[in-house]
Amino acid sequence: MAIAMRVRAGSGEIKILMTHPSENGLRKDAKTGQLVPAHFVKNVTVAVNGKTVLDGQWGGGVSKDPYLSFKVKGMKAGDKIAVNAEDNKGDKGSAEASAS
Amino acid sequence: MNSIRRHVLKAAGSAGLIGTAIAVGLLKPGQALAAWNEAGFSATKPADALAAIGASGAATSNDVQVKAPDIAENGAVVPVEVVTKLANVESIAILGEKNANPLIAIYNLTDFDGSLSTRMKMGQTANVRAVVKAGGKFYTAAKEVKVTVGGCGG
Repeated sequence: MAIAMRVRAGSGEIKILMTHPSENGLRKDAKTGQLVPAHFVKNVTVAVNGKTVLDGQWGGGVSKDPYLSFKVKGMKAGDKIAVNAEDNKGDKGSAEASAS
Repeated sequence: MNSIRRHVLKAAGSAGLIGTAIAVGLLKPGQALAAWNEAGFSATKPADALAAIGASGAATSNDVQVKAPDIAENGAVVPVEVVTKLANVESIAILGEKNANPLIAIYNLTDFDGSLSTRMKMGQTANVRAVVKAGGKFYTAAKEVKVTVGGCGG
């Protein structure tokens, strides 16, 4: 199942919001009492016009529906922003945007 | 859906993430992404997590600021911003010192412009620590966040 995400870029900043349960494997399901297996995004990359500007690794300590924003130098209107993510089950997601 | 997204999603079914990124020209072949830091993310003590990212000797620095709420009402979603004026930032790591696994995130960066924000889980009042690697050296700062309702479940 693909990881859904949205990306916005402009004014020197890139903002990303993903949909993901981000389970750290330590939480017990309230009904069954069983541990919910770890299920979290492990890698995220962000590129501007093909150049990687962020190469990130996450663990299960990132909040559900991961949010990431950061400022990058030299981004201009029209620059192509590409985000890729992969979780610990091998599911992937990607999104693109043009910087405003 | 534009044709590039359709191509990426189709290729993602058959090729790995890196293969897909190369296929659509997002990565140059041979440009390696950092491997997931198993030792760092499974460390249960902050010192071990820092060692796993090579940052044991990080110097406390006023050039790094951790911005986070004084009191987080919902420990499941604690917003953290790392701000620094240091030049040549190579990476930022974020730790929750009392998390079961303190290492939360590692970001390797290029053309970084001083501010990065994310959201993390905290189970109890603790320091949130940022470790910034710039110009080959590690700098660190922390902020205590009080947690009223823990966010790690259990």
